[in-house]
Amino acid sequence: MIARVLRAMLEPALAITLSLLVLAALLAASGYSVHDALLALWNGAFGSWSVVASGTLVRATPLLFAGLAVTVAFRAGILNIGAEGQLLAGAAAATAVAVAVPSVFGIAGLILALVAGTFAGGLWAGIAAVLRQRFGVLEVISTIMLNVVMLHLIGILVRGPLQEPTRTFPQSALLDAALRLPRMYPGTRLHAGVALAIVGALALAWFLRATAPGFRLRMTGANARAAASAGGIDVARVTMWAFIGSGAIAGLGGAVEVTGVTYALYENLSPGYGFTAIAVALLARLNPATAIGSAIVFGALEAGATAMQRDAQVPAGMVGVVEACVILVLLASEWIGARAGGWSTLIRGGTPSAGASLNTVPQ
Amino acid sequence: MSTLADFLDASIRSATPLLLAALGETVSERSGVINVGLEGSIIVGCLTGLAAASVFGPSTALVAAGIGGVAIAICFAVVAIGLGADQIITGTAITMLGLGLTSTLYRVLYGDGGAALSAPTLAPIGIPILEDIPLLGQVLFRQPLPTYIAALLVPIIWWWLYRTQSGLALRATGENPAAARASGIAPGKMQALAVLFGGLCGGLAGGTLVLAQVGTFAEGMSAGRGFIAIAIVALGRWNPVGAAMAALLFGMASALQFLFQALDLAVPYQIFLALPYLLTLLALALARGRYRAPAALGVRTSRDAADR
Repeated sequence: MIARVLRAMLEPALAITLSLLVLAALLAASGYSVHDALLALWNGAFGSWSVVASGTLVRATPLLFAGLAVTVAFRAGILNIGAEGQLLAGAAAATAVAVAVPSVFGIAGLILALVAGTFAGGLWAGIAAVLRQRFGVLEVISTIMLNVVMLHLIGILVRGPLQEPTRTFPQSALLDAALRLPRMYPGTRLHAGVALAIVGALALAWFLRATAPGFRLRMTGANARAAASAGGIDVARVTMWAFIGSGAIAGLGGAVEVTGVTYALYENLSPGYGFTAIAVALLARLNPATAIGSAIVFGALEAGATAMQRDAQVPAGMVGVVEACVILVLLASEWIGARAGGWSTLIRGGTPSAGASLNTVPQ
Repeated sequence: MSTLADFLDASIRSATPLLLAALGETVSERSGVINVGLEGSIIVGCLTGLAAASVFGPSTALVAAGIGGVAIAICFAVVAIGLGADQIITGTAITMLGLGLTSTLYRVLYGDGGAALSAPTLAPIGIPILEDIPLLGQVLFRQPLPTYIAALLVPIIWWWLYRTQSGLALRATGENPAAARASGIAPGKMQALAVLFGGLCGGLAGGTLVLAQVGTFAEGMSAGRGFIAIAIVALGRWNPVGAAMAALLFGMASALQFLFQALDLAVPYQIFLALPYLLTLLALALARGRYRAPAALGVRTSRDAADR
């Protein structure tokens, strides 16, 4: 058991270590003090309880939601790279509801906003799901399109129907205090959405591991043909709902971001959470419970990068390089793992047909 | 110039980098590889173009931009084709790598206040006689070099894809790599070359942005053009001529915003930016038969193929 856990941790640990080495090399090559920069990064991520609560954990939350969305999709053999658009759809819908309901609704209004965000994310993914199932459109291409369409749609919303009352800035009105997620720890920005994300991750882990629909989802992703013929699973139905569910999770993430952090809708709400989410999901080897840790790692990196730019004048863009390296190292180690006799779960327990799913689109 | 000529000029200007990138992606997707890392090639092309322009001048810089695009495409090819990793995940990582690397290097090379930095740009080249045609002459025949390159590449790539042995081999690879291998084609090599060509075109697209249009670099200035190019390839039905028409459509859509600003109309211009994507989705949904994506698009390279 312990040996298994250690072995499972080897690959992610290797990926993070190698990527940090790349960061150090890049820092040194660019003429920065490696020590100062990494210290600023560490302090910005874990330096005190207040930066952990206000920075790392708050930053990790949308990454966890989007990472769970990617996990569900990949596990079902769906290459949903539209988590970004689905998250934004959730943010837009939650804002629309929150500015429309009277504040006397209080907590009920907040819940309504979160539910609206969840539905909007599911709906946005549902478009790609229908296009894939009914019309055979590759979800890779359709989700890319839908990401951009949503971005433009938000541009329209914050300059039109949802623009703040003075009609000066391209953003929505600030949410009423009653419609904001409560803070969990005084003096920090730690909001209840963080707990919601963690509970959601654990619930999803249980769902995939211990329930019949979760089993059908995994079987569909592992081998759609076998799941249909040997398991009698309605693959089309499972795929449809997994896709919609994936979008719903991302949408909830967007709703939480609006009601917990930004309190308003604007165009640059997400600095690419939906894309970093792919790294989050892969580092967690497509395990929802492990994704909690992996989201915190990336949340820490992004929170630390801001501090690194402020305190050591190191461009925050370097973190993008680190994130890319994590993904590339994991992909490479999957290959090495296959050579070394297959201890890699990215192949066996992970994305067996994420690539193959492209050519199993029903006609 | 009249408003219409201005509009056409802006359309062609917006369409040029999109068409260059889309032509490269067409070749790459025809070999069965979808390169989401194209955005990475474009942004790296932007930065190498800028860096080279201040030293060697704009024409050489365009070549440098192409080389920059190839360099990042090599990373993609090694992981996605060499190691047979998932193309989409690899491509996403490559885009993140390109965006992160360029924003870092730009600040390292030029400091925080580098926004004022400007590169020498490519002057428009007039084609004698034709440029004197009223109205359209100035728009069609007085453009900077990359526009002519893009326009010439369309028939060249079409001819190569559909009229040559190697073009047929490339298309066969994209439809069925196993059958292609059985007939003596090396699919891995074919795909790698196609991806590198895609990177070259992506880099040229980035170079065009900096050297023929903006004249400077800004973080993330590729602004999703790699993704637009993927849409254009799909709307153009994986055919270079189709890509040219689709690129012009996307170019016109983004030129409409200038027109609307000029005419002072109170319609949100984002509607026009979003419309071509919706049109692409519709076209994809209605596509049938030979207008579909290559059958093996996005399928992971099998491991024994990677060995060869």
